[in-house]
Amino acid sequence: MEHGRHPAHPTPMTYLKIAVILAVVTFIEWAIFFAPESMNGIKLTVFSVLSVMKFALVAMFYMHLKFDERLFSMLFVGGLTLATCVILALLVLFQAVL
Amino acid sequence: MEHAQASEHAEHATTTGIDHRKMLIWAFLGSECMFFGSLIATYLVYYGQSVSGPGPADVLDINTTTVSTFVLLMSSLMMVLAYSAVSKGDVKRFRVWIVCTALLGATFLGFQYFEFTEFGHHKQTFECPPALDRPALEPETACQDGATEYKANYGLTPRTNLFGSTFFTLTGFHGAHVTVGVIWLLSLFGYSFRRGGEDLVRDGGLNVDLAALYWHFVDIVWIVIFTVVYLIGVTVAPV
Repeated sequence: MEHGRHPAHPTPMTYLKIAVILAVVTFIEWAIFFAPESMNGIKLTVFSVLSVMKFALVAMFYMHLKFDERLFSMLFVGGLTLATCVILALLVLFQAVL
Repeated sequence: MEHAQASEHAEHATTTGIDHRKMLIWAFLGSECMFFGSLIATYLVYYGQSVSGPGPADVLDINTTTVSTFVLLMSSLMMVLAYSAVSKGDVKRFRVWIVCTALLGATFLGFQYFEFTEFGHHKQTFECPPALDRPALEPETACQDGATEYKANYGLTPRTNLFGSTFFTLTGFHGAHVTVGVIWLLSLFGYSFRRGGEDLVRDGGLNVDLAALYWHFVDIVWIVIFTVVYLIGVTVAPV
């Protein structure tokens, strides 16, 4: 493996485009929040999907996981997977209402 | 020149070919996922279990928090531009972007301080109960002279109920992380004046890269908190 290499990262214009997407998605979340209560079921799904989308965009482009060593992704996704398992296990164990 | 390149090469000669400091920050961020995962799990487990109010729908203000979320997201843009500048050796632009990042981070903390203070002083309007219960009202004279409603303190602190305890622990720890991040960014700004930023540019701006990764992590944690605690938390709040 090559030592001390710096993989090509996105250009500032790409960063700006990502920021615009993040801002628009946040605005959409805010708008959906005020939708009628009868849509609550759909709202929860949409909030979750949009949140995962924002999370992935920041991690892949701003944290460069898409371009850097795969080992970094493994370290991060490993911790993230464990955290998700802990959350799900506790929710089931305590029969949480949410 | 050759000697300098050789010593730099030796500095990064690791078994994986990856700089130890970058490995460390990713391992740290992986462990931080567990830390915030536990706090979020605790919040969710106790969600709706409070025996008294106020609850999420009573105090959380989505408009204010959407703005603060936007501020934090834009700080991530500033941070990545700062890293982009320093990796190209442009120290002057780096200084501008890093100060913008720190300012936006401080603005987010300002929003959080405002939010926490507002929660503590929150008041709500209640209907006047039957005459027999009136001595318990606050203030006692609130429902006299034919009044049908009265306003009383309905503030949220970490000691008020389970919602308060778990909410302030989760968002408080996130705020503490943002504070550490702002201090880190400002220290990098100060460091950029040392030998004209030569030390900072070395290694392709690795010191900035490490701070940037931490800062973006704080940002994505907030993305999750905003969705779980605010958007979903208020939408499904028990009546």
